[in-house]
Amino acid sequence: MISVLWLIPVLPLAGFLLLALCGARLSRQQIAWVGCGSVGAAAVTTALVATDFFSLFPARESYQQTLWNWIDTSGMTVGISWYLDALSLLMVAVITGIGFLIHLYSAEYMAHDDDYARFFAYMNLFVAAMLTLVLADNLLLLYLGWEGVGLCSYLLIGFWYREPEYGTAAQKAFIVTRIGDTAFAIGLFILFTQFQTLSIQQVQSFAMEAWPVGSNLAMIVAALFLIGAVGKSAQLPLQVWLPDAMAGPTPVSALIHAATMVTAGVYLIARMHHLFELAPMVQEGIAVLGLVTLLLAATSALVQHDIKRVLAYSTMSQIGYMFLALGVGAWSAALFHFLTHSCFKALLFLAAGSVIHSLHHEQNIFKMGGLRRHLPWTFWTFLIGAAAMSGVPLITSGFYSKDWILWSVWSSPLSHRWIWFGALLGALLTGLYSFRLIFRVFFGEVRTQPTGESGLAMRLPLVVLAFLALTVGFLEMPHTLGHVTLFSQYLSHALPTTELLPGMDESSEAREQLAVTVAALLGIGLAALLFLPGSLFGARGTDQSTSHPSVTLLQGGWGFDRLYDRLFVQPWFAVTRNSSDMVDRGYEWLAVCAESCHGWLSHTQTGHVRWYAATIAVGTLMLLGLFAM
Amino acid sequence: MALWLLILIPILAAPLAWMGQQWSRHAPRWIVLGALAIDFMLSILLGGQHSAVQASGHGAWLVEHHTSWIPRWGISLHLGLDGLSLVLILLTVFVGIVATIASWTDIQSRVGLFHCHVLLALGGVIGVFLAIDLFLFFFFWELMLIPMYLLIVIWGHAQRRHASFKFFLFTQAGSLVLLVAIVALALLHQQATGRPSFDYADLMGLTLTNETARWLMLAFLIGFLVKLPAPPFHTWLPDTYAEAPTGATIILAGILAKTGAYGLLRFTLPLFPEALSEFAPIAMGLGVVGILYAAVLACAQTDIKRLVAYSSISHMGFILLGAFAGTELALQGVMMQMVAHGLSTSGLFLLAGALEERYQTRDMGQMGGLWSVTPRLATMALFFACASLGLPGLANFIGEFLVLFGSYAAQPVMIILASLGMVMAAIYALGMMQRTFFGRQQDTRTAPDLSNVAFGTLLFIAGLQIWLGFYPKALLTTTKPVMEQLVQHVQVSANPTHVPSESLLSSHIVTSQESTP
Repeated sequence: MISVLWLIPVLPLAGFLLLALCGARLSRQQIAWVGCGSVGAAAVTTALVATDFFSLFPARESYQQTLWNWIDTSGMTVGISWYLDALSLLMVAVITGIGFLIHLYSAEYMAHDDDYARFFAYMNLFVAAMLTLVLADNLLLLYLGWEGVGLCSYLLIGFWYREPEYGTAAQKAFIVTRIGDTAFAIGLFILFTQFQTLSIQQVQSFAMEAWPVGSNLAMIVAALFLIGAVGKSAQLPLQVWLPDAMAGPTPVSALIHAATMVTAGVYLIARMHHLFELAPMVQEGIAVLGLVTLLLAATSALVQHDIKRVLAYSTMSQIGYMFLALGVGAWSAALFHFLTHSCFKALLFLAAGSVIHSLHHEQNIFKMGGLRRHLPWTFWTFLIGAAAMSGVPLITSGFYSKDWILWSVWSSPLSHRWIWFGALLGALLTGLYSFRLIFRVFFGEVRTQPTGESGLAMRLPLVVLAFLALTVGFLEMPHTLGHVTLFSQYLSHALPTTELLPGMDESSEAREQLAVTVAALLGIGLAALLFLPGSLFGARGTDQSTSHPSVTLLQGGWGFDRLYDRLFVQPWFAVTRNSSDMVDRGYEWLAVCAESCHGWLSHTQTGHVRWYAATIAVGTLMLLGLFAM
Repeated sequence: MALWLLILIPILAAPLAWMGQQWSRHAPRWIVLGALAIDFMLSILLGGQHSAVQASGHGAWLVEHHTSWIPRWGISLHLGLDGLSLVLILLTVFVGIVATIASWTDIQSRVGLFHCHVLLALGGVIGVFLAIDLFLFFFFWELMLIPMYLLIVIWGHAQRRHASFKFFLFTQAGSLVLLVAIVALALLHQQATGRPSFDYADLMGLTLTNETARWLMLAFLIGFLVKLPAPPFHTWLPDTYAEAPTGATIILAGILAKTGAYGLLRFTLPLFPEALSEFAPIAMGLGVVGILYAAVLACAQTDIKRLVAYSSISHMGFILLGAFAGTELALQGVMMQMVAHGLSTSGLFLLAGALEERYQTRDMGQMGGLWSVTPRLATMALFFACASLGLPGLANFIGEFLVLFGSYAAQPVMIILASLGMVMAAIYALGMMQRTFFGRQQDTRTAPDLSNVAFGTLLFIAGLQIWLGFYPKALLTTTKPVMEQLVQHVQVSANPTHVPSESLLSSHIVTSQESTP
């Protein structure tokens, strides 16, 4: 059954083609069946492939499948070929599984939209592109998926095309990520020129042979790949597109944040980990970028008014944790946080969508409140999601993954102590902003009357995701708590194990864990004090018109938008304001010269014989004079 | 004789198309389609029939035809078909069909004459791709220009006089430089051997002093760069493309630009391999300047046809870049880019023409929100915008990336700069979509969506784009032998110390003797 691997990306692609070509002729129900069915079928295929993979490859090696030679000319051979190992199987499982739940949810959420078929077509294409990205055996095919998700995010962010601001947000997403893509492409040019191949495995084994650790080329290529990764994963300095990407329908945000797109960067770095290990400075850069992004995003999330923007900044912050883990060499921990994050972030977005849905598309959290009683399903699932994101100890998955990352940061030889303190502060902030949402939206007085809980197709994914958000954490538990290592064992063939500093024992792990737990709970407690209506400072927080400059700065995501506007956007518009071609002026000047010469000379054509005779005589005299000299 | 048929069918059908107007309004259109269909079949047959010869590695030409014409001056009727010309002829015929379909509703006056000119121009272009006698080449080179000029000046838009005049002056100036160089080559051959010759094979064997080679190379370069076009000779193009009727624009952008690229590959590179190393960085630099400069200007345009025109210049920059990189991979990329660009710009101009026909304007400021009015048109525009911005999976991506992969070793800095063109391409392509199809609707008039025929044509082009994007082998295997020989020839001639194992030249002489009647 493993030979049906190719079907996994092809099924959603077929769904896209069907909907794109005959979407207009299908009924809404048929569209929903095609849209959800194709991704569901991909999920089932994944399950079949996975069982086969486990039985055929007990040591979790890899399986390759080539469909045909894509490019095969003049020393370049690139196949349309898939590569399945533990890492890509994990990604595929998350993409198809979570993707299917999001599709199911959308079938009801988008039920009244005019462009039902177009929506599902884009969603299917999005999933297909992301599957291509993670299953690609070579970097060019990976690049195809990479650009494909970029295109689909553009199409879906600008899905409601009548609003010009949405179109701007969509273009911003595509162009900002394309800057990263271009760096990535240049990295490909260098790798190909060096090694004459683009196969991910070959490139890395050649690189390990040819380049010593810390060599210039390794640094350059790793840095270029990192730029590509930060573009897609919305990390500093290419993070500006993500908050605006909220323009798309809410299930799109869930898909972008949980299953596709923003995790692509994390995947790329994990997939190319041999390369990054050759460039320790770049790897350190990943950790620092991750830390800075997670703190910037977490502080911005604290002051947002829009429920989706809070979640958007929270994604940036959580991906920051993943980058941090990658940077300190805790590859499996990063992937574990990816897994738990996918569950709770999809859950949070879908629950937020359910809130928005029942409040007639109201997204301002200051106009919400008291929804606990009216939307019980949404409340409890949202609460589980927020708890998992904040890392409530023992019972939520977010605790186990974040704890693993922080422990790796604490104990890794690649890390520094101050990075750990920064990450700890981030954990506190996460609790604070997550529960700020809970207390604002679900507690206190009702400000906008909700229409009631949504139907089964929307509730079912919430419940499933809530279950996952609670339980996936048990796949990997620390020494101090049960010591389960299912996840790291599963990935052990694909990713190297994390190195630890000497002297890191259980007691220091327990102390470190205690600190993390306290930070998370402190954040939640602080949120209760500040934002829970009726608590000590709860009343003051209702004032939404705070316009302190620092708050404005945070709301705008630390002013990066304005900075880039000054540095790049305005100069670009200044350059492109004038549509005329400078080179053409040169030729126009030639034409003007010729015309004016023509004008002067035509004055000599008077029609007077006397004048002609005189000029002939003068001309003859001048010529004679010339010869005489 | 079959090669002559390829050229003569469109040329002989031209007066027929003119007369056809009397029979029915659509008769000229059907005559064009018929003639082109026959040509298409014929070229596929020729290519298929002789691919066995090519596989055996015997000779450079798949088919060759040689008849003496003016022996005193060494001019002959010498035609040759190889993978390069075969691909371009197929493209010519296909784009010709697209142009005819695009003019179906657009051209309503003097229908017969219009199609007569279309056929003459196409015949000229096919002649250009087949002629391997330089005199004959120049003859066809001029033959294609005059009907093109008339197409613009008679059926063009408001500024057509200015535009057609500019077109004619630029291309004629380029041709003049080319003519001087061709005649000089023939005379140099006379100096060396005692008889003048315009024949490709003869001239390839000519040894030139460095100084002469440099000047002649420059002339051959300029003559073709004007047509390509590359900066600073590009300024005729936006005016011409914008003012020409849609059908003519499609021919200009889809095919005529390729004659310049063809000239570079067929003549400039093989005739002056010694001067190449000196000029390559300059030519590649011009390519990069073209990519970036035209992309910036494309972003600045408000006229949709001018936007596509500048994007077209930007894409041609990749051709110049790859042609002078000196690697087979880059040259294969150039081939792909020629075909891909021919397909994608034909599609874009067809769409721009359809918009202009519906709203009587090319100003994107007056459009907006058309997605719901003309969904088919909008969807196809989205597809071709993606092709234009180099989305992987489509043919343009293969072309651009092969060029970039193949040239990186030679000029890393230039390639990095050229890659920035990818970001700009995203800006102008998405900007075009935003201003035209997304946002609020400016013009509340309803307009009919694309007709079934136009939609079908665009779908077919889109299909070709995807096919070549995922299976470029179909094209690349046809052109591979030509590019292999070209690289070999250039390398061998540039390093005379290296003894050639199998000279390109000798194989030429053998085949031309065999086929001489």
